[in-house]
Formats: sequence, C-alpha cells, structure tokens
Amino acid sequence: MSKELQINYSNELPKKLLDEVNEVVKSKKLNASQKMKLLEEVKKTYLNSNYNPGDVIGILAAQSISEPATQMTMRTYHFAGTAGLKVTYGLPRLIEIFDAKKNPETPTMTILLKSSHNSAEGAKKFAENIVEKKIENAVDKVFINLNDSSIDIELIDKKKNNKAAQLINEGIKDIEAKTKGNKISIIFKGEINIKELTKIKEKIMLIHFEGIPNVINAIVRKENDDWVVNTVGTNLGSILERDEVNIQKTVTNDIQETANILGIEAARNLIISETMKTMQEQGLEVDIRHIMLLSDTITFDGGIMSIGRYGVAGAKSSVLSKAAFEETIKHLVKASIHKESDNFQGIFENVMIGQVIPSGTGMFDLIAKSEDDDE
Amino acid sequence: MADFNISKHNIVPKHEILTSDQKKEVLEKYGITLKQLPRITDKDPMVKLLEAKIEDVLKITRKSETAGESIYYRVVVKGK
Repeated sequence: MSKELQINYSNELPKKLLDEVNEVVKSKKLNASQKMKLLEEVKKTYLNSNYNPGDVIGILAAQSISEPATQMTMRTYHFAGTAGLKVTYGLPRLIEIFDAKKNPETPTMTILLKSSHNSAEGAKKFAENIVEKKIENAVDKVFINLNDSSIDIELIDKKKNNKAAQLINEGIKDIEAKTKGNKISIIFKGEINIKELTKIKEKIMLIHFEGIPNVINAIVRKENDDWVVNTVGTNLGSILERDEVNIQKTVTNDIQETANILGIEAARNLIISETMKTMQEQGLEVDIRHIMLLSDTITFDGGIMSIGRYGVAGAKSSVLSKAAFEETIKHLVKASIHKESDNFQGIFENVMIGQVIPSGTGMFDLIAKSEDDDE
Repeated sequence: MADFNISKHNIVPKHEILTSDQKKEVLEKYGITLKQLPRITDKDPMVKLLEAKIEDVLKITRKSETAGESIYYRVVVKGK
C-alpha cells in the first residue's frame, strides 16, 4: 500500500481502528493488497455504523442514560473500602453531576504518591500531614484572663508557638499575639468586655493552623501496588503543589474545582469518568458515546452548564420549547413582555403544532432546479 | 499559584493554538463561523498556560476510549 493511501485512510478512520487493522495485518502476515482489501471492508463497516446527518443523537443519548437510571437505587451513601469513606453514589450522584452542583455532597480526592513516597509509612505520614488542623486541634489549654483582658494559649507542641502566634496575628485584626515562655499571650488593643473576649476566643480556635484547608480526613489504602490516599474534603490546587504527590494521577470528584484548576477539558473527562463509574457501580451499562455527547454539551460554552431549566434546556432559543419543559407560565409571560418570536426550528415546538420535525429526513429542504437555472 | 505543570496531568488532553491559516482551514472544512465552535474561556488554566488570545482556536487532541484519538476545537472567548 502506498504512503499516499495510508494517509488517506488515516484521515477517514479513527486511530484505534487503524491500530487494530495493523495488528491483524501483523499477526496474519497479510500482504499489501490483502491489507488494502481489509481496510476497504473496515471502512465500509465503519461508515455504515456512523450516524447519518439528521439522526436524533440527543434523544437517543437521553433515553439511553435515563432508562438505566430508573433502575438505580435511591440509597445515597456507600462506604468505599473497609476504612469507611462516605461517598455519594447512585441516582443522587448522577443528579449531582448533571445539575452541575457547585459543591458535591461528599467531596473526595484520590491522591497517588510519587514512587519515593509510595510505601506504607510514606503514605501514612503524608496522610497525617495533609489533614487540616485548626488552632483548636493543636491547643492544650486556654485561659481567659479577666484581670488584664487577655487570652493565654498553651499548645500541645510548644515548638509551634511562634507559628501559631503569627497566624493569629494575621487572622484577626486589632489584637497582638506574642509568645511568652510556654504560652502564647494575646493582648487586645483598647477596651473589651467579656462577651467580646469569648467571641474572639472562638474565632481564634477556628483559625487554620496546619495541613491543607478543607481536608477533613485522610485514609490510606492499598490499590494493587500503589498506596492511595483518599480524603474527605477536596482542595486539588494545594494538593498538587505538594512534593510527594504524583500530579499526573491525582484527581478529585469535584467537577467545578477541576475546571478551575485543570481546565474545561479536564472537567469534561472527569464528567465522563464519574458518570461511567456511577453507572458501573450499579451494574448498569451505558455506551460511553452517549455520555461523551452529554459532557460535550455540558462543557460547550467553556463553563459547566447544568442539564435543566437553568442550563442547557434554558439556553434554547425557542420560547415554546422552553415553556414546554418547566415553568410554562413564567416563560410565556417573559416572552410576551419582551416581544420574543419563535422560528420553529427545534423539535418540541414543531411537534406541538403538528409540523414535520427537523430531524432525520425532515431536517433537509429540497430545492428544485428549474430549467432556467441551467447556466 | 501553581508551580506544577497542569498540562502534564493525565486527564488534561493536549491543547495547541492554531495558526491563522489552520484556523481558516478548519472553519472551511466544517463550513462554520467562529461563533459556532465550542468555547473555552480566557480564564481557563490551559488558555493561560498557552497564552492564547481571544478568538484564537485551540486544537485539542483527546484520548478517546472509542476512537483512540479524537480532535476537538474550541475558540477562546471572554469569560463571564
């Protein structure tokens, strides 16, 4: 087969099919003309299995995803592994993904470590390090001194006094924290009563001290040969900055966060993998192409759009179509106030008035050529 | 913020900026205008990394489970 032809085919057939053809050619030791014949057949089958222009792939995808979804359990939680990490699964998780919820109910990260830290001790140490500790977790004793309106704090680890004092100074205005011997002493500028003093004490207790913000718990697990750290709470940006982390494989289940940190294409991939995972956990098989189409639609405008009246369905241009979906009266009133018009280019509105829908053969108009136009 | 390279992450596909000639070619091939392309905002971390400008077209080479490799285009638009 000439180079030229090979290039030709490589434009028409997907890479995976070409790879498979090449594999067959190698194992069966086919010659050039046999390979040509094989490619010809593969191409024919491939083109036959393609969707034609006008096919209603959106409706097919909707049905293919929704029907298995009716079989899903309503029970929301599921404990991953024996360690007891709570994750949302089943229908609630699916709704969460498609509704583009800003904060998932059970945010979690799956962290893989670089080979240098890929051991039981390394993973354990890392897990301890990343869990967020507030001042209250590091404190041994707290005293409120009413005589001179000050607060004294004793930490469990006295070596960290300076750091804590600095954080307190940064965190709260109008106070001064200093280390004095074993204690941190906090003095107020100006007058203060007991009520305010207690309030400020509580505020100090909630200041972030060490670890990574938002990481509430971390669990070490062994997966095949790798040590994996699962977290409750997610903060992908800070985690990826740690030296111990394998940045290629570490992921979160928060789609919005992935979009912010790794970009919209990464978020698209995450939507696909999370949806597939949710489906497969329930023993449901949905073809990945439907989910790809869906996630391409969700990420079409560069952000994460929800499927529903505020997202994809709300972005439709047709008034009647929007009104038919949800909140009929609101849309009709809005359209009449703004003097909107409907061009009847979608499917819903044409079904409503009994016209041919613009899909399949109905999508194309026929233009007749008159004899006068011959030249 | 980041001192790690996000483009190295496994779930981030390869992004490239098209030259103006390539851009024209793509639009002609599909018979569309820039407005009809899928979008990517200028606030997207990958756009920032490549220093792409508004109205640039990015060619995204995705790894696909079904096709091995698939090519997608996104036009850079101003983010909300």
